[in-house]
Amino acid sequence: MNTQKSTVVDVTARSTEKPLLSVRNLKVWYELKRFGFLHAGYVKAVDNVSFDLPRGEAIAVVGESGCGKSSLMKAILGLVHPHDGEILFEGKNIWEGGREAMRAYRMQVGYVQQDPYGALPPFMTIKRILEEPLILAGVKDKKKRLERIIRSLEEVKVSPPEDFLNKYPHMLSGGQQQRVVIARALIRDPKMLIADEPVSMLDASVRVEILKLLDEVQKERNLSVIYITHDLSTVRYFSERIFVMYAGKLIEKASTHEILHNPKHPYTLALLNAISDPLAENATKLRDIPPGEPPSLVSPPPGCRFHPRCEKAIKGLCEVKEPRHVQVGERHTVACWLYDEERE
Amino acid sequence: MGFLKSFFREVRYYPSAIVGLLIIFGLVVLATYAVIAIPYHRAIDLWRGSGNIWYRNPKNAPPKWVNYFRDKKLPETIDLDSRKQGVAQRKEKPLGKGKQIELTFHFNYTADEFPHDMVIYFYPTYKAKPPFVTGEWITPDGRKIRLGNFAVTNGFSFWLNQDKKLRSRIQRIFEREGIPAQIALLLDPDSLPKDPNVAVEKVARPLKGKYTIKLKFLTFEPDSDVNAEYIAYGGVYGLAGTDHLRRDLMVGLLWGAPVALAFGLISALVIGIATMIIAAVGVWYGGIVDDLIQRITEINMVLPFLPILIMVGIFVSRSLWMIMLVTIALSIFGAGIKSYRAMFLQLRESPYIEAAQAYGAGDTRIIFLYLIPRILPMLIPGFISAVPSFVFLEASLAVLGIGDPVLPTWGKIIQDAQSNAALYKGLYYWILEPSVLLMVTGLGFALLGFALDRIFNPRLRQE
Repeated sequence: MNTQKSTVVDVTARSTEKPLLSVRNLKVWYELKRFGFLHAGYVKAVDNVSFDLPRGEAIAVVGESGCGKSSLMKAILGLVHPHDGEILFEGKNIWEGGREAMRAYRMQVGYVQQDPYGALPPFMTIKRILEEPLILAGVKDKKKRLERIIRSLEEVKVSPPEDFLNKYPHMLSGGQQQRVVIARALIRDPKMLIADEPVSMLDASVRVEILKLLDEVQKERNLSVIYITHDLSTVRYFSERIFVMYAGKLIEKASTHEILHNPKHPYTLALLNAISDPLAENATKLRDIPPGEPPSLVSPPPGCRFHPRCEKAIKGLCEVKEPRHVQVGERHTVACWLYDEERE
Repeated sequence: MGFLKSFFREVRYYPSAIVGLLIIFGLVVLATYAVIAIPYHRAIDLWRGSGNIWYRNPKNAPPKWVNYFRDKKLPETIDLDSRKQGVAQRKEKPLGKGKQIELTFHFNYTADEFPHDMVIYFYPTYKAKPPFVTGEWITPDGRKIRLGNFAVTNGFSFWLNQDKKLRSRIQRIFEREGIPAQIALLLDPDSLPKDPNVAVEKVARPLKGKYTIKLKFLTFEPDSDVNAEYIAYGGVYGLAGTDHLRRDLMVGLLWGAPVALAFGLISALVIGIATMIIAAVGVWYGGIVDDLIQRITEINMVLPFLPILIMVGIFVSRSLWMIMLVTIALSIFGAGIKSYRAMFLQLRESPYIEAAQAYGAGDTRIIFLYLIPRILPMLIPGFISAVPSFVFLEASLAVLGIGDPVLPTWGKIIQDAQSNAALYKGLYYWILEPSVLLMVTGLGFALLGFALDRIFNPRLRQE
């Protein structure tokens, strides 16, 4: 397994100067225990992931359920302690410097969750929900807090804000709830926003609005955004780059345009093929999708993790040696032996 | 506190909650009144009966209101004290070195039954030679019965039924043996059974009317004086009756309310809240903390609760507060931890908790502002319903003999009644009064608890 520390900068990033967030060889492994205390291996949810995120860039991480996207996001939010590797925010490792450093880091990160109803404490009013991050940020003046709450509700187009302050989350529609979640994520003026499938639980009619809202906010505030999704059809709305994740690894990193029009990795091709197509004439057409299921993350297949499902797998290579990221175009890298000229 | 508002809005639709609230409010008023009217130390003194405070009360007398349900009315206690203004007529004239004092008591007897006992207490003042008294009893129909003549020493009390001379005099008058003095003196001679084998007490009626007691004293010293108090112990007393030590049960019943409420409410709330916090802390921190809490709970759950309480009662202290402390200590790590833990485990994974962590809420904040408020509404009905079980626990412990040694409680009244064979003697009021109060307390909290459960637990709501 490739565990060498790479200090190479992410060539797919918009600018390589001082990224806001750098993830280096990140591993999020969950320990499995037998009888409650015996070590029985690890679930390698995120394995050796590296990328850079410059200020103001929006990236999307796509992959099917269980590929480790959520673990990657939790590690970036500081909710799970990585097994190995570094997460550098403005050049500082978020895990070095103790609780205060972590608090200071969290003040600058917003988090938008998948299930808007679950993400809002049901026993708090909207005002209280939005007040909490401000209280934690040390905004003591009640008037100031209320001003900021109203301003952020206006920003996410929940209007008139005064009508919503004393409502409970269950009194709001799904779209409104998600707007409140976004308002909560933005209320402390963060530099980075992490959105975990922000529209997958919403009605199709609301999805576009929420995505447009996120896009507007991102552009207005020059936010760095990590958008996590399993749905390639929504990524084009605002992400500049797409990372394709499979079984805990990033297998292809490229600009949105490149991924959608010039996909390289067989898995990326399969994902693109799986985008639902509303055309009626295609209703009876069967698509080519890779056979089998995503591998176990406890003992992933050796070599390329996609090889058991890959049609183009090279015998004697793909199942033995792990592919490295090779550049295949401008701001486009892929981890696949098919494109590696040094494979012999 | 949004749920409090919704609680008061919704409680109107539940008559049982209103009844429960009224009962609890009544108990609180009763308890407050008891604590204000009879301060703590006074209550303990009264219950201990120190200083012979209860000598004017009859023994084992049912409450006054039993007369409403009786055909033959039981007499109330007659208490005539010559030291009080206008109770007795007093005539004095000097005689030798001392004086001659005549005290005359009048009373109207209207009851259908005889009093339980009669006594005359004397309060003489003298230096060396006690005064001498001659007593005479005059019935409404003019018969005169001599009560006796004797020297009145300090602290002397004349129990009419125990005086041999009076008894033999009675025997001569009625030509029958063994008529107690308190019956003989009030007896209507016409109701005396002709058949000597028929018990007098069962057939005889008291003669209603105005009775007179004349006490003629002779004192032998210039400063010597004398007073007397006549008491005919009745068959009824007060609103609550009396027990075997002549104590007014009202004191015990009144003071039982604050004790029961304090014991029940404090135990239920402290146990409920502590258990909830411990469960939340265990779930949130997980790992060793959770393991430790779980193991302590499991060990605690197999400990025998009652034997430990009895042992503490015997070897350490029977004080109510000690018993409460042990009850709380043994119950905190109880089954509640397990069920609350199950709720918290589910809650811990909620997205809103993850969000709170992500925006920097600390552990304490998450436990107290995010975890606990979420399940508190579901637990409040449980807290309320748990109150009576602790009230009953205190009563059961008292019945088992580990009640507080000084404080009057409902359980101790029941225990006194039981150890004095109240039911065998037909003294139902003695057991019924505290039992009814216990049941009403239980009912009040149960009614409120059930209604709260419906309000806070949407699944039980009838739509």
